Amino acid sequence: MNRTQKQSRFAIACLKAVAGFVVVILAFLIGYIFITGLPNISWHFLTSPAKAFNAGGGIGIQLFNSFYLLVLAMLISLPIALGAAIYLNVYAKDNWFTSMIKTSIEILSSLPSVVVGLFGFLLFVVQFNYGFSIISGALTLTIFNLPLLTRNIEDSLSNVPDDQRQGGLGLGLSKYETIIHIVVPASLPGIISGIILCSGRVFGEAAALIYTAGQSAPALNFADWNPFNIDSPLSPLRPAETLAVHIWKINSEGIMPDLTQVSSGSAAVLVLAILIFNLSARFIGRKVFERMTSVK
Amino acid sequence: MQNQKLAKKLMKKSKTARYERFGHLLSLSALLLIMAIVLGIIVFVASKGLATFFKDGISVKDFFTGTLWNPGTKTPGGHQAVGALPMIVGSFLVTILAALLATPFAIGTAVYMTEISPKRGAKILQPVTELLVGIPSVVYGFIGLSVVVPFVRNTFGGSGFGILSGTFVLFVMILPTIVSMTVDSLRGGSRFYRQASLALGATKWQTIWKVVLRAATPGILTAVVFGMARAFGEALAVQMVIGNAALMPQNLTSPASTLTSVLTAGMGNTVMGSLQNDALWSLALVLLVMSLLFNLLVHMIGRKGAFKK
Amino acid sequence: MQNTTELNNKPKRFIYDFNPEETDITMQTKDLEIYYGKTLAMHNADLKFQKNTITALIGPSGSGKSTFLRALNRMNDGVATVKGEILYQGVNINQPKIDVYEVRRRIGMVFQRPNPFAKSIYDNVTFALQRRGIHDKKTLDRVVETTLKQAAVWDQVKDSLNKSALSLSGGQAQRVCIARALAVRPDVLLLDEPASALDPVSTQQLEATLRELKKDYTIIIVTHNMQQAARLSDYTVFFNMGEAIEYNKTRKVFTRPKVQMTDDYVSGNFG
Ligand SMILES: Nc1ncnc2c1ncn2[C@@H]1O[C@H](COP(=O)(O)OP(=O)(O)OP(=O)(O)O)[C@@H](O)[C@H]1O
Ligand SMILES: [Mg+2]
Repeated sequence: MNRTQKQSRFAIACLKAVAGFVVVILAFLIGYIFITGLPNISWHFLTSPAKAFNAGGGIGIQLFNSFYLLVLAMLISLPIALGAAIYLNVYAKDNWFTSMIKTSIEILSSLPSVVVGLFGFLLFVVQFNYGFSIISGALTLTIFNLPLLTRNIEDSLSNVPDDQRQGGLGLGLSKYETIIHIVVPASLPGIISGIILCSGRVFGEAAALIYTAGQSAPALNFADWNPFNIDSPLSPLRPAETLAVHIWKINSEGIMPDLTQVSSGSAAVLVLAILIFNLSARFIGRKVFERMTSVK
Repeated sequence: MQNQKLAKKLMKKSKTARYERFGHLLSLSALLLIMAIVLGIIVFVASKGLATFFKDGISVKDFFTGTLWNPGTKTPGGHQAVGALPMIVGSFLVTILAALLATPFAIGTAVYMTEISPKRGAKILQPVTELLVGIPSVVYGFIGLSVVVPFVRNTFGGSGFGILSGTFVLFVMILPTIVSMTVDSLRGGSRFYRQASLALGATKWQTIWKVVLRAATPGILTAVVFGMARAFGEALAVQMVIGNAALMPQNLTSPASTLTSVLTAGMGNTVMGSLQNDALWSLALVLLVMSLLFNLLVHMIGRKGAFKK
Repeated sequence: MQNTTELNNKPKRFIYDFNPEETDITMQTKDLEIYYGKTLAMHNADLKFQKNTITALIGPSGSGKSTFLRALNRMNDGVATVKGEILYQGVNINQPKIDVYEVRRRIGMVFQRPNPFAKSIYDNVTFALQRRGIHDKKTLDRVVETTLKQAAVWDQVKDSLNKSALSLSGGQAQRVCIARALAVRPDVLLLDEPASALDPVSTQQLEATLRELKKDYTIIIVTHNMQQAARLSDYTVFFNMGEAIEYNKTRKVFTRPKVQMTDDYVSGNFG
């Protein structure tokens, strides 16, 4: 064996060691989250309200808030992102306007979420006077979500072969009808995966929410589903601490007696939710694809 | 004449043409809305952040070089105590240290995943990194608080809160991001050159070093810059472990602060329009400008990479 | 080879001219010039297409057949600049005032690769009609049956109209695409190498279908297959380097071409 071969062997061994070390870190991370967290999860924990000064509180309201905000933010951002993606995919010509558009979407997607949160605070909480509320939070999350969702949808749209578009245009349909009725359905598997992946990101976001949706979770009356009542779960004007914000909040305050248990339980729930989002993005995308191409 | 009748029919604007105009305008307005938001953010944050200098009369030099941060009070020298240097230094320190630490590990892992053991890479490491990219930053912060801080305290003494803990947390946080982007750029390179290189008798390592990594350099740089941007803008995870003392960091284990940590901790306790509040917005403006600079950097790397090919 | 051109004293181009009284011209191009950006991709292509005939467009790859064909129903809008007149039943459809969607409805197109939509066979055929506001089930059913019969796939798919069209074989899919084009009741049908992705049996069936359709439509078809052009078409245009070199009755183009270049091409001595 000559020198270069020895050198190669050694370098490869080093690479393996580095990769092994990283694997250990990653495994420790995931293991830690689940091993410390899962024992704290119980039905009671998932459904009962939090207790600020006593042990034994749950995360019921926070969990509900997280999902409610996620759904609202997705409902608002989806049509906008779809519209923007359609414009980029169909109408955008290769000129300065398009590159300006693309740059601004990139800027928005790389903006620190705390800056987005502060903007939401300034605009929705203060200017529009919505206060710390579901609606302020949902609108801020929308801003946070728009660039990535737009990019994901645009990617899925551009994966559809061009002959589908040609087929639509050849029948005398407009570009708009072609994209809405032919290309969008054909790219549905990709779009759905994109939505679910973005959902994971939105679900775990905290920095954009602490000054928009607020840091308190007032008790809710789960028997009252009239959105106009302030203690209804659906009320858009009530403050709504989410699960991610809850973890940050109790740890920064350090008052809750069982804060480690609650935090690790909450962290496990968050990561579990993200895991489910990730897996279902693959699974549902594939299922929709099979459904569309197979014998009905 | 029949001709003219047909011509008329063909020139009538069809329902389809109206759909098209409608769709064009609708999708354009969605896009303009996004652009308006971006512009709005920049204008709002800039006007708020610049008020410190124009309205409250703080000098830019004091802001960037002063080391005492307690807006509303005066320094012993008689200036306003709006010195953001400790936070700026803190932000840059954690970002650069985290990137320095993460880059070799990320590249090593990515090379392992693509060149050495692609099967295991695709089967196990790929989904795991993808999951970790998506883990909320508060979870990283919490783990930092319950694992990293005690570890630093027991190993290096002190409270455990500080730049070092922040660096470790950010390191773990940006690692998956850099790994997965580096993997993408390594996969992007053509198989042809590495096979040619191996066929010419180069060892595997020489091929990786001279061919694979060289071709992927712009992509790797982009990944690192993305990781740095993420680290620089990260708020809560850092805020939970850094100690939140707006002081110049004396060493890596003394409590310090970053732009984001002071922002998140302070924004709730100040009154809109006061100097204290404006000063915080100036920090936000610095964050915004840095984010734009990172963006520019990515663009420049992209352009240079394209040029070389 | 080169010398024979001069020896025979053959013309450089030959374009057949229809006798105005005895023919019914559906489409015609005048002073046509097509540019991709600044490069001229097609000129010298003033042609007429007679009703109820099949015209084949032949020529080497890159000669501009698709470019020409796609100009005829304005599918080149936004891709290429088309100058000159394109007359459809005497009306110049190459002007901004013309509603391009109505033009494309009347001048249908079938593509090289079968491109069924990710929808059921039924919806593939009726989709364009539904978009134009026709939702009456009976009408749609009738259209599906007639067009699929015209395209000669009815027997194969009539029991699975709700199946995804993506599950069809290439030949079946292509004929469903023809049915789809027929559903909006065009009177010109443009086909760009419709058989190139099909096996010989499907190709034969497709040709039979087109021969049948000729009775009601004006058909213009691009093909690389010389035998196909000879078998199928009434007229043939030979394109080269973005020009129509020879246009004549198919029999003449293949037996006694007037231009030497055509002779070389059809006899396989080209290039
Ligand atoms: N979208 C386009 N942009 C620029 N140039 C194009 C475009 N499409 C075609 N061309 C050019 O125009 C010329 C004619 O192309 P066209 O596709 O019409 O040829 P064709 O005869 O159909 O060839 P083939 O038999 O390979 O289909 C070619 O030189 C081609 O490179
Ligand atoms: Mg062609």
